[in-house]
Amino acid sequence: MTDHSEVDTVTGKSTTGHEWDGIKELNTPLPRWWVICFYLTIIWSIGYWIVYPAWPLIQSNTTGVFGYSSRADVAVELANLEKIRGDKMVALGAASLADIEKDPALLALARAKGRTVFGDNCAPCHGSGGAGAKGFPNLNDDDWLWGGTLDQIMQTIQYGARSGHAKTHEGQMLAFGKDGVLKGDEIVTVANYVRSLSGLSTRNGYDAAKGEKIFAENCVACHGDGGKGNPELGAPNLTDKIWLYGSDEASLIETISQGRAGVMPAWEGRLDLATIKAMAVYVHSLGGGK
Amino acid sequence: MNKTVNPKDLISEDNNGPLYAARKKVYPQSVNGTFRRIKWGLMAFCLGVYYFLPFVRWNRGLGAPSQAVLIDLPNSRFYFFFIELWPQEVYYFTGLLIVAAVALFLMNSIGGRIWCGYLCPQTVWTDLFYAVERLVEGDRRERMKKDKSSDPMKLERISEIVLKHSIWLLIAWWTGGAWVLYFNDAPTLVKELVTFQGPVIAYVWIGILTATTYLLAGYMREQVCTYMCPWPRIQAALTDEWALNVTYRYDRGEKRTSVKKAAELRALGQQVGDCVDCYQCVAVCPTGIDIRNGPQMECIQCGLCIDACDNVMAKIGRPKRLIGYDNDINIHRRQEGKAPIYRIVRPRTVVYSAIIAAVGGFMIYTLATRSLLDVNVLHDRNPVAVKLSDGSIRNAYTVRLLNKSGYDRVIAIDAHGPANATIHVIGIDSVTPDRPMIVIPRDSTSELRLLVTAPAENNPEKSIPVRFHVTDIGLGEVASATDNFVSP
Repeated sequence: MTDHSEVDTVTGKSTTGHEWDGIKELNTPLPRWWVICFYLTIIWSIGYWIVYPAWPLIQSNTTGVFGYSSRADVAVELANLEKIRGDKMVALGAASLADIEKDPALLALARAKGRTVFGDNCAPCHGSGGAGAKGFPNLNDDDWLWGGTLDQIMQTIQYGARSGHAKTHEGQMLAFGKDGVLKGDEIVTVANYVRSLSGLSTRNGYDAAKGEKIFAENCVACHGDGGKGNPELGAPNLTDKIWLYGSDEASLIETISQGRAGVMPAWEGRLDLATIKAMAVYVHSLGGGK
Repeated sequence: MNKTVNPKDLISEDNNGPLYAARKKVYPQSVNGTFRRIKWGLMAFCLGVYYFLPFVRWNRGLGAPSQAVLIDLPNSRFYFFFIELWPQEVYYFTGLLIVAAVALFLMNSIGGRIWCGYLCPQTVWTDLFYAVERLVEGDRRERMKKDKSSDPMKLERISEIVLKHSIWLLIAWWTGGAWVLYFNDAPTLVKELVTFQGPVIAYVWIGILTATTYLLAGYMREQVCTYMCPWPRIQAALTDEWALNVTYRYDRGEKRTSVKKAAELRALGQQVGDCVDCYQCVAVCPTGIDIRNGPQMECIQCGLCIDACDNVMAKIGRPKRLIGYDNDINIHRRQEGKAPIYRIVRPRTVVYSAIIAAVGGFMIYTLATRSLLDVNVLHDRNPVAVKLSDGSIRNAYTVRLLNKSGYDRVIAIDAHGPANATIHVIGIDSVTPDRPMIVIPRDSTSELRLLVTAPAENNPEKSIPVRFHVTDIGLGEVASATDNFVSP
């Protein structure tokens, strides 16, 4: 209990009644308006508990009579955003791929959209800037397994390669060694022959004529005469400077012996057509497109 | 040691008062004279500029805003007559602030608180509100009488009060209204505002500035200057002994006595002051101080006491400027019988003027010669370089072209550095393979993806500097940026 009966002589105010080593404290209560505001906030908080989510329960929480949730707010915001984007994406879906690249506004939209979707879906394999890695093509260069025109890029994105989709690109590098088609020394010889096609050095004492013969018998069907490749089959050009799995002898022996069949998933069904278009334009605009 | 001590004895007489002093309401009396006329003139000028400037038009051609002074926030542009600034040129405001600050210093070193007394919005609006108060409720004595009166209010008095606050609120509302007009096309916004179709934010700002004007000029008045404003403290540190301040010249004022007595004493050949203790200087003071107590923090140096005193001196046939712009040096010199000296030109003022001239001159020079064409280049980071199937190297850049002019431009881009390089801009079919051309619309920027391709054998270095030149092929204006051309 506090005793307010003692009055300080200097100030004329009552004291709190406490005393610490002879020091007493003046009774200076909080201003009334402050106290009233404080009580009002408490009353307000009760109302808040009732109408808004407030108390944690074991599994969930009280939802409040307004049924408000910030997650629902986000959903509404996202829906609005989709609506705004939707109109723009309709224009993108309606335009032809070539027209998109000609129209600066559509090109900017397609590149912005494409960049985002690329980051979400393609970057894990191709890298965030499409720089690629061993087995995953660099999308910035001008070497295309399945063709580098806008339509071909779009087709590859839409249906994938060896993806299992009905319209997917088929064709693969056979495992000539594993399947017993070629013997070890033949593989080494043809690997050196392939290196020579793009002007790379060859092993001492390698038989060029034998290499050419093996190449003609086994490889020309897909890679074509002179090893220029065939985008219909996804057979790479062996005469250029770009090597998806490496150009050193060991890598080539591995490729010829074990085969190669990288998979590109089909994006039809996962992404809508306008988005795939945007991505095709984006990939094409990375610079390597034909 | 057992003596009882009365706590009251422990507190000295000087500091037992409360730290809080209640405001004494000020009732400034009307006054006529030179400084009053200067103040009316400056008030009319400043408020005229503030209230009407948004309506001044300036032709910038079709599609551009026609408002002379416009802060266009949605489009990130600032228009000031013939000047158009982009966000990246905001450093001009730094220059402007430096000039403004040093101009304040200069004013201060020449004539004391000229800013406070004549130009500060707080002073100008308070002065205006006092004028309204005088017009509606009468001069100093009447107002004091009305405020003191304990009689129940009559209709006349109530209508006076209502009228005064209505006019105050009208001025305050117009003040807030003018503010928002600087951020939008004024005639359009006025039309929207009166038909209640204006943006909510405009109403909010009008509300805020109406409230601040009404409170600051109607109620807080001199307390803003005395307690809230930092400038009086700063300017006290900037002033020097040569600065002219509104000063009571006690060298000729003391001893104070009545007109009659002074005449008698003078007839006897005795020393007597010109001050007749009429308290006119106190009556007209908008901060309620007595200038005869010497320079004080509360004094905003508005010069009204000079007018009041001059009027009295004229009536009693004594020389004017018993209160005037002066300083202690000259008071002491006069006391010693020497002629006063005034030094406007001294190192301090010369240095301030030089800074203003230098910064101002630099700003004008850079504004006059600034390029309306600019280019920024950002190198692709992933991948940094690309090897093409024929072995040549390609680097990709994001290029932003800025056309700050009021006309569309045709721009040609060249890259200098890598040997035998070709340039390609995505989306542009260029007729000249090493010099693509792009149209940039007026007052806008274009972001382009630019590819530079060069044979590897001609560019053996790991990294070569590359310089991009963008040329307005119509006008020959050139801007450039540098980056690097990197080999894989």
